[in-house]
Amino acid sequence: MADKIFRVNMSDLSTTVEPVPAAWMGLGGRGLTSTVVATEVTPTCHPLGRHNKLVIAPGLLSGTQAANSGRLSCGAKSPLTGTIKEANAGGSSAQMLAKLGVKALIIEGKPHDESKWYSLHVTRDGVTISEESEVIGLGNFATVKTLNQRLGEKVGVITIGPAGEMRMSAANISIKDPDSHLRSGGRGGLGAVMGSKKVKFISIEPTNEQVQIADPEAFKTANRLFAKALVDNPISKALAQYGTNVLVNIINESGGLPTRNFTKGQFEGHEAISGETMHDTIVARGGKPKHNCHQGCVIQCSQVYNDLNGNYKTSGFEYETIWALGADCCIDNLDHLADADSLMDDIGLDSIETPVAFAVAMEAGVLKFGDGAELCRILKEDVAKGTPLGRIIGNGAASVGKAFGITRVPVVKGQAIPAYDPRAIKGIGITYATSTQGADHTMGYTIATNILGVGGKLDPLSKEGQVELSRNLQIATAAIDSTGMCLFIAFAALDDATCLPALIDMINARFGISLTADDVTNLGKTILKTEHGFNLAAGFTNKDDRLPEFFAEEPIAPHNVVWDISDAAIDSFWDF
Amino acid sequence: MRITVKLFAYFRDNRFKQREMEFPAGTRVEDIILSLGINLEEVGVTMINSRHCELFQVPNDHDQLAIFPAIGGG
Ligand code: SF4
Repeated sequence: MADKIFRVNMSDLSTTVEPVPAAWMGLGGRGLTSTVVATEVTPTCHPLGRHNKLVIAPGLLSGTQAANSGRLSCGAKSPLTGTIKEANAGGSSAQMLAKLGVKALIIEGKPHDESKWYSLHVTRDGVTISEESEVIGLGNFATVKTLNQRLGEKVGVITIGPAGEMRMSAANISIKDPDSHLRSGGRGGLGAVMGSKKVKFISIEPTNEQVQIADPEAFKTANRLFAKALVDNPISKALAQYGTNVLVNIINESGGLPTRNFTKGQFEGHEAISGETMHDTIVARGGKPKHNCHQGCVIQCSQVYNDLNGNYKTSGFEYETIWALGADCCIDNLDHLADADSLMDDIGLDSIETPVAFAVAMEAGVLKFGDGAELCRILKEDVAKGTPLGRIIGNGAASVGKAFGITRVPVVKGQAIPAYDPRAIKGIGITYATSTQGADHTMGYTIATNILGVGGKLDPLSKEGQVELSRNLQIATAAIDSTGMCLFIAFAALDDATCLPALIDMINARFGISLTADDVTNLGKTILKTEHGFNLAAGFTNKDDRLPEFFAEEPIAPHNVVWDISDAAIDSFWDF
Repeated sequence: MRITVKLFAYFRDNRFKQREMEFPAGTRVEDIILSLGINLEEVGVTMINSRHCELFQVPNDHDQLAIFPAIGGG
């Protein structure tokens, strides 16, 4: 059976199953969500109004045996940035939706009666809308537990926590993983968009059906090569052992670890929150240093982190979260960080935006730098409950800066800058400035080449070559984000000549087509231009592609450098 | 010359995190790595005083040398 578009209209509570328009046929993941948003959403609409649409799409290879192909893309106009947005995450839903033949699920409109909540249930035949009350107001963990009891352990779940229900701009969308833990499509407040449509959760019927492969033999051969390239890559091995948090020490050493609300480039407490310490702690407490966020991942960067008593505390404990709570908020205690990570997962908050917002609140004197216990208390008693302070923080770093009159607010287009200081690592500054979705390191991860020596080397402090580096990576990333692949395949793709051709061969074998490497690059370019076009139509200009002025005026130790790439150089990013 | 050598990730196993070490003047980064029993092929990144360096570079007295295996994240 051919893939279909499943459409849900929350204004009149109707659903349809439609054939896939020819223009969307070759698209998946981010390529599809961004194309649907650009085609169907009025760029100037209110992100929480009835004209916005939430688009959920598995990648081109999701649901197949392809290694690492289980990422789910969620897209909409973002309430945090006002730009187009795509956030992707692991979990089981991408594979389940793909097996049900769902090319994309489009949720549009908005109920007139704001007092009611709904859930969506997806089967092969379509979507059913039901009124929901039992899990309304519950955190994500309790929601998943309740739904497992109601619908069976195998049901797929996509859900929002209280933050999404309250339409906070830092609200994420959570996806149940094979262990009934959560993975999050974190950035840009897409949970608020789902909340604005009054959809608390989407459940997905388990199925034994398989995705159809046009050329199964060719697919198998290509997947074997692809998985081998991933497994053999030394970086994959380090990711399995230490998780992404292996980065704390190297970024600190490079002088690019934003510390104390972006006032320094190194954190005294780096060793206590490092991947090395985390690994030893996990092993000592009987946790799992390696773990996968979806079936079929052969890299396994996730982990299970236990508390002092050896009980499960959190998983998917990422570098970005640990940096933001650790270095940026100066909390040098992994257990406080794990508590906060788990709370944010439960409330349904982006674990980059929220701690960066806390660091700005610390600068404002709302709480002290380093006070992890107080941060957790505010999460529980203010953010989760929606007090005025909780809403200010839950709406992100820019919201806190405005509420308290702070000028050192690390955001681009309203979205918090993540774990790499653009003064000391200049390539990533270009990505933050030009990304179609506000500051986001994953859009064009120049850290690979600026710091890690992957895909070549480029001095992080030099102004030369950074625009080109960021452009090439942003184009490649847009294409990878369309395949359903986890971005960590890029480490192998950048340095192992067998990896990318094998990936393209898999796409060709899946659909019976014959894409070339150039086609894939062109796909990446088209996606970026589509997203950029939406933003321009929404009212953004090149003047929005700028970093906050403090980066140009406050030198950062230890290198004592400022952001010094010219506006003209930034604007040349779009010359392609 | 006196060099502060810092090791990271699994390079620390059966070695150390950080140590002050004496080397004859003119010792190159790669000589220091080999003297620690680390396979050059496993080295991903080296930095002297927080700046990336090449294996053939010679650190100065009192420099800090950081040695990382191939790692990544994001
Ligand atoms: S490498 Fe990490 S993020 Fe990527 S698919 Fe595996 S567990 Fe998920």
